[in-house]
Amino acid sequence: MDLRQLLELLTVLIPLPPFLAFALIVLFFNRWKRLSHSVAIGAMALSFLMAQFVFWTVVGWGGEALYEHPIAVSIPWLPSADVALEMGVFVDPLTAVTLFFVSITCLAIFIYSVGYMHGDPRYSRFFAYISLFATGMLGLTVSDNLLMLFIFWEIMGLCSYLLIGFWFEKPSAYRAAIKAFLTTRIGDVIMLIGIAYLYTQTGTLSFDAILRNEEVLHELAITPSVIPTLSVAAAVGLLIFAGTVGKSAQFPLHVWLPDAMEGPTPVSAMIHAATMVSAGVYLVVRMFPLLSVGLEHAAGTPPMVAMAVIGTFSAVFAATIAVAQNDIKRVLAYSTISQLAYMVAALGIGAYIAAAFHLVTHAFFKALLFLGSGSVIIGSHHEQDMMKMGGLAKRMPVTFWTFLIGGLALSGFPIITAGFWSKDEILAHAWAHNPTVFWALAAGALLTAFYTMRQICLTFLGEPRSHHAEHAHETPWVMTGPLVVLALFALFFGFVGIPEDFPVLGEVGKGLFHGNWFHHFVGATIGKAPKAPPFDPVPVSLSVGAALLGLLVGWLVYGRRPLAEGQTDPLVRWLGPVHTILRNKYYIDEFYHLVFVRPTIWLAKVAYEWIDLGLIDGILHGLARLSEVWGIVSRWVHRYIIDGGMVDGSAKLVGAIGREFRQALQTGQVQHYLISVLFFLCTFALLYLLYLGVTP
Amino acid sequence: MMIPLSWYLILAAALFCIGTYGVLARRNAIAILMGVELMLNAVILNLLAFWRYGEPTTAVGQAFAAFVYAVAAAEVAVGLALVVVIYRSRRTTDMDQITLLKW
Repeated sequence: MDLRQLLELLTVLIPLPPFLAFALIVLFFNRWKRLSHSVAIGAMALSFLMAQFVFWTVVGWGGEALYEHPIAVSIPWLPSADVALEMGVFVDPLTAVTLFFVSITCLAIFIYSVGYMHGDPRYSRFFAYISLFATGMLGLTVSDNLLMLFIFWEIMGLCSYLLIGFWFEKPSAYRAAIKAFLTTRIGDVIMLIGIAYLYTQTGTLSFDAILRNEEVLHELAITPSVIPTLSVAAAVGLLIFAGTVGKSAQFPLHVWLPDAMEGPTPVSAMIHAATMVSAGVYLVVRMFPLLSVGLEHAAGTPPMVAMAVIGTFSAVFAATIAVAQNDIKRVLAYSTISQLAYMVAALGIGAYIAAAFHLVTHAFFKALLFLGSGSVIIGSHHEQDMMKMGGLAKRMPVTFWTFLIGGLALSGFPIITAGFWSKDEILAHAWAHNPTVFWALAAGALLTAFYTMRQICLTFLGEPRSHHAEHAHETPWVMTGPLVVLALFALFFGFVGIPEDFPVLGEVGKGLFHGNWFHHFVGATIGKAPKAPPFDPVPVSLSVGAALLGLLVGWLVYGRRPLAEGQTDPLVRWLGPVHTILRNKYYIDEFYHLVFVRPTIWLAKVAYEWIDLGLIDGILHGLARLSEVWGIVSRWVHRYIIDGGMVDGSAKLVGAIGREFRQALQTGQVQHYLISVLFFLCTFALLYLLYLGVTP
Repeated sequence: MMIPLSWYLILAAALFCIGTYGVLARRNAIAILMGVELMLNAVILNLLAFWRYGEPTTAVGQAFAAFVYAVAAAEVAVGLALVVVIYRSRRTTDMDQITLLKW
């Protein structure tokens, strides 16, 4: 077996171990907690090793070689009329990078869960679910066609639902689970329509056959679709982007993600920050050749315009909400929406490498932040309200320092954090292509830095503002270990993507990674990496300025004079009614409740009370009543006419006659019988004599 | 001069009728048994008469008669035993009150 065959085999096998772990735990190991987590982590570690082996091997080949000869295997799966849908794996540079960060974050979070879920009554079940989830994410990553991708996409949706509602005793948890499931379902259905439409047009769903084939793309771009003014490519792109809007929680389908924080924190970290929501962005990065086809003739294709608008809006919108939240996990949830929106906006302006780069760095630092918040929650005895924390830096040093690193990466603190490099690349593209997007995203960056600093100050600095925070303790090594590992990535991963013409550091990047490694490697996903925009000091200094200004303001407001116990947030005073609106998330939940939920419930009520109970049950009950009456009539006829008159009547008649005879003849006296014997003897003798005996 | 056969036969028939009447009309079980005996004796008389007028040289008629006596004696013994048993259980030998032979 040569290396290529080995890689193909390993790629096929990557999603399998977690699935086996899921099956084993569900079927056999449910009772044994240590065995369950050992199996889950062991399986994940196996997938991790295979994924890393594949990744490092293809890194050795280089992006363009991998583009020319991707790792691809497929077998016929669903034979239809004249073509068979195929099932297979496909590894190109984008897949390789995704495998890299997904396997690392998943493994870190699996290990962390041992500490976080300790003592939970459904401990084994938790590991079964996250194993199934890991199958979904790894499978989605290596899928070579849209249908398989969609199947794994839905498996993740199911796991997300199960894990958000993991503590289903809490009404808020199961409501959040249903909300997440239904909200993402809207996007998924639209996406499925898009996939089906694409299939009707091309007869295939394979990435290889569609995205890497100029002729097919061109054909799709010039064929008008059922929607006037849109080409097929644009229509399909918009429909598939709807799936991303649902999965990656972009406005207007963002409402489920903050509520999803009801789930256990490792779930928030893995599903709702690092992997599943990233899968939405991964999908649009993957489909970028289709979304952007025809770009050379116009300023932006319809799907790209939609992505730019929705992404830019969501980025700023979610960041403003995050400013006014007090729940440590909700702040992170809104920041996740905001950061995913950066990626979507980046795709909207054509910066797909920057989007992929931010996807990876964000996965690292956001997983780190969520795990850090989980550590805080465990350490301070399940307190989630930042207003009741404070002073945890001294009590939880490892958590503090790693959280600080994650927070700085999220803010885009210059040079030393990964978040800076990826965010800077997005902003640089925005500056070059679309100033409006740039200014909006820069404002978003300012807000991001501000709320991150606010969060760090409220949680870790000052004096404890509650009994729980006062008695907080550092968490065990199974939780801090993954934090440290992710913190290293959050710091240093950015160096693989230093722009080559960046002052001073560009040379360092050239020395270490032969230039902008990430740009060249991932850029090769669509053949030759596009030329990066030239280095421009204006957007860099603006983004650095925004980040530092946000951090400074956050420090001035919350860090210099830490809040005392019972003191209200100074923002409440300064912003007044605006703060109320922000705290209530622009009342969008209420709006949706009024516009969608209430009418649905009303409709269900009408359907139940009038149509079901009134109409359908009325007809059924009427029929039942009718047959009941018929039955009563039949019974009467049967009892009195048939039984009484005919059957029983004739039997009774025979009986009566027999009884009369018996009483007359059967006396029981031997002599009476003898008399009849004598009588008949004489009769027969007489007859004999008369008719036979007379003849001599 | 011999008494003609028909005289014997008439006597036997008369005896048989008397016996039959006794069996059918008497109420007392003992009397009924006595009627049965009369009927048997009528039959024996017939038998002997036919033997005397048919085959007087061989003694088969007398031998037959002797068998019938023996059987009749046994029969009476069984009959009387039955009557005694019935009397013990029902305190009567009146046939009107013994109505067991019915459904």
